[in-house]
Amino acid sequence: MSEAARPVVALLDYGSGNVHSAAKALQLAGADVRLTAERSAVMSADGLLVPGVGAFGAVMRGLEAVRGPELIERRLAGGLPVLGICVGMQVLFERGVEGQDETEGLGEWPGAVDRLEADVLPHMGWDEVRVPDGSVLLAGLERERFYFVHSYGVRDWTMLPHDRIPAPLVTWGEHGGPFVAAVENGPLSATQFHPEKSGAAGIRLLSNWLETL
Amino acid sequence: MTLAVRVIPCLDVADGRVVKGVRFQGLVDAGDPVEAAARYAEQGADEITFLDVTATVEGRGTMLDTVRRTAEQVFVPLTVGGGVRRVEDVDRLLQSGADKIGVNSAAIARPALLTEIAERFGAQVCVLSLDVLHDPRCPSGFAVTTHGGRTNTGIDAIEWVRTAIGLGAGELLVNSIDADGTKAGYDLRLVADVRAASSVPVIASGGAGDLEHFAPAVAAGADAVLAASVFHSGRFTIGQVKAALAEAGVVVR
Repeated sequence: MSEAARPVVALLDYGSGNVHSAAKALQLAGADVRLTAERSAVMSADGLLVPGVGAFGAVMRGLEAVRGPELIERRLAGGLPVLGICVGMQVLFERGVEGQDETEGLGEWPGAVDRLEADVLPHMGWDEVRVPDGSVLLAGLERERFYFVHSYGVRDWTMLPHDRIPAPLVTWGEHGGPFVAAVENGPLSATQFHPEKSGAAGIRLLSNWLETL
Repeated sequence: MTLAVRVIPCLDVADGRVVKGVRFQGLVDAGDPVEAAARYAEQGADEITFLDVTATVEGRGTMLDTVRRTAEQVFVPLTVGGGVRRVEDVDRLLQSGADKIGVNSAAIARPALLTEIAERFGAQVCVLSLDVLHDPRCPSGFAVTTHGGRTNTGIDAIEWVRTAIGLGAGELLVNSIDADGTKAGYDLRLVADVRAASSVPVIASGGAGDLEHFAPAVAAGADAVLAASVFHSGRFTIGQVKAALAEAGVVVR
């Protein structure tokens, strides 16, 4: 792929810890990566990647400080692709519940992010996922494992069918019970696992996403 | 769907180089840590652990550079331990590209460090590393040591595990000082006792010398198995360990 053909991906810069691996993994997958929260750069990029580690509330505060929710919503309103990773996926739901703390999310999808119920938490390591037919993000990766590290998740997909909107494709994982491992919904995609930490399978997933840009 | 048991090579790093030898004494240069990490990831390592054994301030700065270069070319999780005293140390390592941070002596000296790390970065970042010695004077029969096993704190290891999880530790790296370097196998009773007291993932460390040593550690309750010298010496590869685990019925990637 020539330099000119590389899609531009804005990696949303809002103080989310480790972005080195995400930036390099995207480059390896074929993207021209810009770490930025500047409005025109975010809006003009072919894709926006929203990373996220740590607590739901802290991630929301970080995003709000750079008007991240507005940028994400503006892009989606224009049909421009956005990919959320880990807590960057979780904040796309209605709310996060961590102990007594409840934080409002972006509400792109209904439902809450709460603590998984399992003997061992965090859910840490390489796990399998159940990929739905027609997945673009996970095409060719149905038998791969991905790296997860999380104690919270979305355990119920409560979005009602809508006759004018195609139903989102939901990939499920399991730890103590089922949880949402990935969602593909028009321009908005997200993974609970870390593609940038999932070796060759993760790079392939990112290049699958880049091909949609 | 079953979570795979992780196989983790551990690299001792000093002044930007992999070193091997008896801990802190007679260190021998064994190459570039970034290259070594990439090689292990290629072989199928599920995570990489760097243990910073540098004693100097300059060496710490070099470590950040090593972490940064590793994170830029190795796409599996990276844990860094050794010399982490304050939450600022954790922040610098994470900013450089580490995913998880191991704390040992500093958490014994000041347990609140675990809470500070967990509250600021999440419990998943906070790995409590323990060097454990058999000690009949402790109720569990195991004591926590510092200084690579040379100083017995007299603290009961199982009690410390319970306390540390309550404070915010999100994973336990349990190294047996008795087994370390013996190549006679993991301390299975230690692994089992820690597992029974723990609600977070447990990494077994110390004593691996043969391919047959890994599956019993998993049977005893380990979520991950860590080894150092057997990989660095070329005694066997990550792939051979995984094949041996799979043959014993353990799910691996």
